Amino acid sequence: MAVVGGGNAGLCAALAARESGASVMVFECAPVEYRGGNSRHTRNMRCMHNAPTGVLTDAYTEKEYWEDLQRVTGGNTSEQLARLIIRGSVEITLWMRRYGVRFQPSLEGTLHLGRTNAFFLGGGKALMNAYYSAALKLGIGVLYNAEVEELHICDGKFKSGKMLLNGQPAEFRAKTLVVASGGFEANLEWLEKVWGEAARNFIIRGTPYNKGKILKVLLDHGAEPVGDPKQCHAVAIDGRAPKFDGGIVTRLDCVPLGIVVNRYAERFYDEGEDLWPKRYAIWGRLVAQQPDQIAYSIFDSKVIGRFMPSVFPPIAASSITELAAALGLPPEKLDSSVREFNQAVRPGRFDHQILDDCRTEGLNPPKSHWAQTIDRRPFYGFPLRPGITFTYLGVKVNERAEVQGLGRNTNIFAAGEIMAGNVLGRGYLAGFGMTIGSVFGRIAGREAARAAGC
Amino acid sequence: MPQVADIIAEGKRLMSVCNACRYCEGYCAVFPAMERRLTFSDADMDYLANLCHNCAECYYACQYAPPHEFGVNVPKVLAEIRARSYEKNAWPRFWPVSATWAVMAGIIVTAALAGRRATTGADFYGVISHDVMVGAFAAVFAVIILVHAAGFLRFWRDSGEKLSEAFTPAVLLNALRDGLSLKNLDSHGAGCTYPDEHHSQARRWFHHLTFYGFLLCTASTSVAAFYHSVMGWSAPYPYFSLPVVLGTLGGAGLLAGPIGLYRLKQRRDTAIIDAKQDSMDVSFLMLLFLTGMTGLLLLGLRQTNAMGLLLRIHLGVVFGLCLTLPYGKFVHGIYRWAALLRSALETARSQH
Repeated sequence: MAVVGGGNAGLCAALAARESGASVMVFECAPVEYRGGNSRHTRNMRCMHNAPTGVLTDAYTEKEYWEDLQRVTGGNTSEQLARLIIRGSVEITLWMRRYGVRFQPSLEGTLHLGRTNAFFLGGGKALMNAYYSAALKLGIGVLYNAEVEELHICDGKFKSGKMLLNGQPAEFRAKTLVVASGGFEANLEWLEKVWGEAARNFIIRGTPYNKGKILKVLLDHGAEPVGDPKQCHAVAIDGRAPKFDGGIVTRLDCVPLGIVVNRYAERFYDEGEDLWPKRYAIWGRLVAQQPDQIAYSIFDSKVIGRFMPSVFPPIAASSITELAAALGLPPEKLDSSVREFNQAVRPGRFDHQILDDCRTEGLNPPKSHWAQTIDRRPFYGFPLRPGITFTYLGVKVNERAEVQGLGRNTNIFAAGEIMAGNVLGRGYLAGFGMTIGSVFGRIAGREAARAAGC
Repeated sequence: MPQVADIIAEGKRLMSVCNACRYCEGYCAVFPAMERRLTFSDADMDYLANLCHNCAECYYACQYAPPHEFGVNVPKVLAEIRARSYEKNAWPRFWPVSATWAVMAGIIVTAALAGRRATTGADFYGVISHDVMVGAFAAVFAVIILVHAAGFLRFWRDSGEKLSEAFTPAVLLNALRDGLSLKNLDSHGAGCTYPDEHHSQARRWFHHLTFYGFLLCTASTSVAAFYHSVMGWSAPYPYFSLPVVLGTLGGAGLLAGPIGLYRLKQRRDTAIIDAKQDSMDVSFLMLLFLTGMTGLLLLGLRQTNAMGLLLRIHLGVVFGLCLTLPYGKFVHGIYRWAALLRSALETARSQH
């Protein structure tokens, strides 16, 4: 059995297939140092539980989980598959532990996700290290620098595949195939095709290896698409982030604490519309719609220490005009934007943990909460760019993870981001991607082993 | 060779990456200590560097480890800062002594003190009189304690914390427990990622053998001194007497522990270490091993003619070990515990 993609879903599929007795080869297109796809940047997994466990507090029932998913996707989900994943998440942490995965003990109150999400001790790369180590022990083969490029599919059945192995063309055969090769968020040409020239200014938060090659091959072979092809999950990140793989450290949580202006130093959206965890995911799109896909978060020393530090320090200046010069913004315009904002701020009691009563009056666009005058030096600014986390387009699967549209008796199964659009057609639910990958990885591995006669 | 300022600056750069990520916060005490800060002074870096036990779990788990352009290698950089902190805090200044010279000097001193005297029947004090032996070692111990106390206080003064606040029962107890159990090499029961990326308790147990072996030998000597001076019981003591049992167990620890640590050291992942410290590490392991070995030999052969020679060698080795203690690898324990104490103090404060 062959598994294309060595991230969380791929390794879960490989381990599950090995449990069923299949002999398994994993084709990972990254070199060993960068193995694991976007899973290496993840941190936690959303798990249903009816009572506290060692790693999760309180309870998170199927009903609540399903309602959360319905809300974020606006109904753009498959209830049958979603419930399968939600129920599958109950015992998944036990299964993971068997392969050496470790979780952080639940820290009461310190992490707001401690109730719903199990945190991997050391994060996603530690998780992947544990899986690879288990795979090695169980005799699962892993090829690195193995970029699968073509699949020979006949009557819906996978026969063989072509790849570049360490840059050299090579061929492989297998009785069944699991595709777990992610989305196309790192394929700059594809991004440009969808979003036009604006895509050139996008930053890819994760692995540079998710080119969507196998996704395209499957769609070309008639696999049924799922998920909005014109949408991606993007957040506003530090504009100085590396083009790829900047991961978690480039995210900025300062937006609701100050104002955000575009390159003409004009505000363009209500920075205090709602609590940040509910709003950060829209700012990628908002920045992408601005000229040159850039924006600037401006704040003063009053709010320093109220948001998580990020990897690059903010640009500081002792006056707004100096800050504008340092950021490359028109100084007089920024000065007037800030002054206009300051004049519109109404008195209130500031509390960034709740929807407080600090707001503006007579300002367009308004700032509905956390509006405080920007007047205590030094002043600070961060450049913002859209940072893509993942794309939604995928292939449709059934409850056995079989790829739909290829033929009645296909031997091709899918797991992870490449099929996440079945249940997460749009929106975002923290840690749900890892749940999809883990539960469907196991299903795909088990079913692919069975289809191979194990 | 990189300048001290460069290494400290590199450490601060890493902390700005780590503090924005925080995925490692469940590992050791370094990361919670880091999260309590938004900026890092030079003294903070010395503190974090000495809090780090060089287990490398964070390195293997790091999404930003080389070849990533952020090039995050916390254990290696903190090891380099740690070595500099030993030099910086040494009082009155850093005077490292080579192990070979120290042992030679030790043997010359004991040989000179012993002269040509020879006795039989395990009569140690017939070779070197009790008063001379106690006097010589007491003087050396006084120097060692003075130097280490000064180093500890200099390290602590840099932190800006009040020592009186740390010397409360709860804080002291936590710091002692963390130090004596090597909690930070345990990683919630899995052990540390040393000598390679797989978890193992080997380093922790070999360190326990070494450290507790050393303590038992010290206890053995102290009990013997008490027997001699207070109780008036003269050496040699029987094989099942307290000093001999303590010394035998301690000696065994000093054989097994340093050998184990040395073997692990040969197999370790060179990506995470500061190779410049190897000679200091190996010297210390060798001297501890020689102390255990010559002590056990002396015990086994104390009734034979070889006793006189073995006593000169054993005391010479112990004397040599003592000469290296003020500025050798032994200091890692002083600053590590000072860092653990500060960490316990900060933890207690954040819980209030």
